[in-house]
Amino acid sequence: MRLLKDALARRAMAVIAALPGLLVLFIVIGLFLRSKAILGVEPLSRFLFSSAWSPMKGEFGLLPFIAGTMWVTLTALALAVPVSILTAIYLSEYAPRWARRAAQPVIDLLAGLPSVVYGAWGVILVVPFVGNVLAPLAGVYSSGYSILAGGIILAIMTFPTIIHVTLEVFASVPRALREASLSLGATKWETTRHVVLRKGAQGILAASVLGFSRALGETMAVLMVVGNVPSVPRSLFDPGYPLPALIANNYGEMMSIPRYDAALMMAALVLMLIVLAFNVLARGILIRVERKVR
Amino acid sequence: MNALAANHLGRRKRTDLVFRVLAAASAVMVLLALLLILGTILWKSVPALSLSMLTRTPKGGFYLGREGGILNAIVGSVYLALGATALALLLSLPVVLYLNVYKGRTSKTAVWTRFFLDVLWGVPSIVIGAFGFVIMLALGLRASLLAGILTVALLEFPIMSRAIDEVMRLVPRELKDASASLGATRFETAVKVLVRQTAPGILTGVLLAMGRGIGDAASVLFTAGFTDRVPGSLADPAATLPLAIFFQLGTPFPEVQERAYASAAILTLIILVISLAARAMNRKVNRHVVK
Repeated sequence: MRLLKDALARRAMAVIAALPGLLVLFIVIGLFLRSKAILGVEPLSRFLFSSAWSPMKGEFGLLPFIAGTMWVTLTALALAVPVSILTAIYLSEYAPRWARRAAQPVIDLLAGLPSVVYGAWGVILVVPFVGNVLAPLAGVYSSGYSILAGGIILAIMTFPTIIHVTLEVFASVPRALREASLSLGATKWETTRHVVLRKGAQGILAASVLGFSRALGETMAVLMVVGNVPSVPRSLFDPGYPLPALIANNYGEMMSIPRYDAALMMAALVLMLIVLAFNVLARGILIRVERKVR
Repeated sequence: MNALAANHLGRRKRTDLVFRVLAAASAVMVLLALLLILGTILWKSVPALSLSMLTRTPKGGFYLGREGGILNAIVGSVYLALGATALALLLSLPVVLYLNVYKGRTSKTAVWTRFFLDVLWGVPSIVIGAFGFVIMLALGLRASLLAGILTVALLEFPIMSRAIDEVMRLVPRELKDASASLGATRFETAVKVLVRQTAPGILTGVLLAMGRGIGDAASVLFTAGFTDRVPGSLADPAATLPLAIFFQLGTPFPEVQERAYASAAILTLIILVISLAARAMNRKVNRHVVK
């Protein structure tokens, strides 16, 4: 009787354990089935590389949105990666123990804040800052609702991801290696640069890629500050219109215009595939790093 | 010669100092960003924050600056998060127990399942939302509390699983062996030993996932709908706090926007309480834990 229960539980759990893999597959298939309708009408290349976006006329070019996504994400990453890695270096190499312990809740909290709260903060502070301070400094006009504002907020939102993974990578570098370097007379920074950073290089790359894919899919916070103008941006102070914002903004009317819903689902599918590719890449690197350390 | 060496050492020490300061400054900047965000939201919320915000539903013309509160959104968010968290736990626990009791640490199944959980964690919530919408249409549901719960459960599932998995992996082998040597089946070991041993960790994981679920807006945009009433059943549409903030901020009226900041402060406080509770639980609920 007890053995039977055990066998039953084993079967049931095995089925549920297959769920994560199946879900990833289902998401891709589900989105594909809903977006198939658009493929019959327009070739994929036109869909991806045309910048004509007017749903009323049946033109669905995703280029402005893909470009907007890339601009915002790369801006965020350029800001976030150096700060995050330096912070991780400070916490793992220089900081006293109390600072290290105090940092954990700060990072958790940054990761836990809802994206609408980031967005609301962006509207209050970052948008006016970009519009009234940074843009005049750069000698251009900007309403503040811009790629740069989105990038700044996204950068703060990706801090926790990059810092957390980088810290774990640093922690996996053996103490003895650092001590060997220090005992040869190297300064703390030289040890960090030649031992910790070199050993952790792959891990840092993976952390950045994870941060990148996290930033890529962020929706509400960016949507609230980036301006949402469907044209390819030319500078940091231009407004942009990233893919997630496109999907979120048009959910209301998508059922009333023919093929609109299929186009939006296609946008979701494109986003999913890009993020999937980067995630698989980053996780692959991390698994290899973990194995090498063991 | 000596002077040259000393000069060289001096430069190396200066470089060290420069990077020490730079690294510390970065850390301080991250802390300041958090404080600035919390401070701004709380400060901006003061003018509109009142008890009636918490206890009343929106009255006519609420989004034009008239009377009312956001009770509908608070209750909606709580229902949604509770339902989704329960559902996610129902999925997470079997997965994690299976990996840790029936499968070895390095078995192929375990490695791949963890990999897919990580990938699933990385799927943007707007994509989860779009997928929830696809499921909703396939099941013939309308935008409702139920559809929202299903979608948010999907969002919470990988977060919760990975968090619980992290603590279950730390359970010493000996404990499982001891249970087995007493004649317990693996299922009994899983339920009576592993779950008890990791109870604090499970609770932390559950709260972590719930915090994520309650704050997410993009996934419920398509699926939960929005309404001024408190939902009465699973089939009713439900308002959520994040969306309430988003919609209020989208109006051109300053009074309504102030209320959006107040709503954001309320949401932030809820998240703070949940994350503090997660930390406190972690220390407290370890009665059954064998050290």
